[in-house]
Amino acid sequence: MEHLEPILQVKNLTHTYGVGTPFQRSAVEDMSFDVQPGEFLGVIGHTGSGKSTLIQHLNGLLRPTSGQVLLGGRDIWAEPKKIRDVRFRVGLVFQYPEYQLFEETVYKDISFGPMNQGKTGAELDHAVREAARLVGIRDDQLDKSPFELSGGQKRRVALAGVLAMEPEVLVLDEPTAGLDPAGRENLMANIRDFHRNRRTTVILVSHSMDEIAQNVDRILVLKSAHILMSGTPAEVFAQADALLEAGLDVPQVTRVAMALRARGLDVDPAVYTVEDLERQLLALRKGGAPC
Amino acid sequence: MLKDITLGQYFPGDTPAHRLDPRTKILLVLFYIIALFCAKGAAGYGVLALTLAVCVRISKVGLRALVRGLKPVLFIIIFTGLLNLFFTPGTRNLVEWGPVRISDAGVHNAVFMVLRIMLLIMGTFLMTYTTSPISLTDGLERLLNGLKKLHVPVHELAMMMSIALRFIPTLIEETDKIMSAQKARGADFESGNLIQKARALIPILVPLFISAFRRADELATAMECRCYHGGEGRTKLHVLKYQGRDYAALAMGAVILAGVIALGRFGI
Repeated sequence: MEHLEPILQVKNLTHTYGVGTPFQRSAVEDMSFDVQPGEFLGVIGHTGSGKSTLIQHLNGLLRPTSGQVLLGGRDIWAEPKKIRDVRFRVGLVFQYPEYQLFEETVYKDISFGPMNQGKTGAELDHAVREAARLVGIRDDQLDKSPFELSGGQKRRVALAGVLAMEPEVLVLDEPTAGLDPAGRENLMANIRDFHRNRRTTVILVSHSMDEIAQNVDRILVLKSAHILMSGTPAEVFAQADALLEAGLDVPQVTRVAMALRARGLDVDPAVYTVEDLERQLLALRKGGAPC
Repeated sequence: MLKDITLGQYFPGDTPAHRLDPRTKILLVLFYIIALFCAKGAAGYGVLALTLAVCVRISKVGLRALVRGLKPVLFIIIFTGLLNLFFTPGTRNLVEWGPVRISDAGVHNAVFMVLRIMLLIMGTFLMTYTTSPISLTDGLERLLNGLKKLHVPVHELAMMMSIALRFIPTLIEETDKIMSAQKARGADFESGNLIQKARALIPILVPLFISAFRRADELATAMECRCYHGGEGRTKLHVLKYQGRDYAALAMGAVILAGVIALGRFGI
């Protein structure tokens, strides 16, 4: 990837909850990292590792206890009154976003964000329809009540509600949690398409190592309020032992590769896609290794 | 921001105040309230304020948390104080300024009324701070057990109360989440006039109600799956038993109550 000015910079970010009460604890401690424009960044970590707290800083829902978040080189809290503009530029989709639907029709619900942005008329209509198309909501569904839809479709509507704001950075908190495998793959395909076609920066928080491994350019591993490691999937999964030690999972393929290696087969333990492992195994077979 | 609401928040601990039987604490609060309304003068209020101070000290709750609990009712306290100050007819007017008069009785009433409300709230909060909601409703159910003979659905009421208390933090958390989600879509809850502000609540209230109904439904199903059928023949996991310290505390409470009533008789 060419070196551009990072779109998002997190500098020494610390967030402490309940300062001055017996319940005081830091959810994020001295985290620093950059996000390049157009990058697909994955964030993984255990429950309570600070993922949710971290991403709520990226669009200014939470204010850092100390440290900074820079968007396009500017501190997002430089003008606290204009924090809403930051939220339009950094679109955040929460976990289980379908629980935030409230309008009478799907169309109206998707238009909530862009309307708050001040879009009207043809511009608004275009934003809504385009967002609906991106997540695979059909035109005839736009006039339905969102509460008539299935769980997976509700989730798409909620995602469209954020996409319709046309954010420069899209942050997704476990977008596929609670969906069935087909629904998961579908939704991830939508997100991948969106990322590829728009060159939008995407930050994906997930529990699923497989989901992360298949989609992202770079991974940030969080552990108890700190960044444990960061790097490309190959770099991160090469440290599979450290990941497992931190109580995190590795992709299933990586686990298979590790098991094969333990039995004396010379495969690269950093492999994380089925295709890669297949290629390596075939190469080994050609080389005459017992297989 | 909503998490700062302290209303009835329980501070876990292991002090003599925490260990008392919940029934004892409910009765003591009842004594305390009766005493507050029987107190007539500085001596009576002094005794009650001192009692509260000692109880706060024993419970290790910290005065700051207790005072924070007063914040939501600050308006009522100020309103009552002013009302009493200006509209109590007395024997002698201290200030006379056109139609506005402040009488000696007005000052007296205002001071003691404000003191009464503050002590009342802090006393009750001390109970909720040191007693978990579950044991509180448990205690209440046992205390009201006698009313079952009058066909008062005591168990059902207690169950409803425990459920309501149990879901307050859940719903607050849910509200926080929904607010954040709508803020992420550019919702603005701060600016605008009253009507705009009220309209801005719709995106919060609709999802909140839907999720409250969903939760109620799920909870009812879960309870039925475990054969819940009301209080008839239901036994307790933790059976409440009065200990020596409960009798001692009740006796002390009774003495203070009697003392304050006696002081009130003398008008001090």
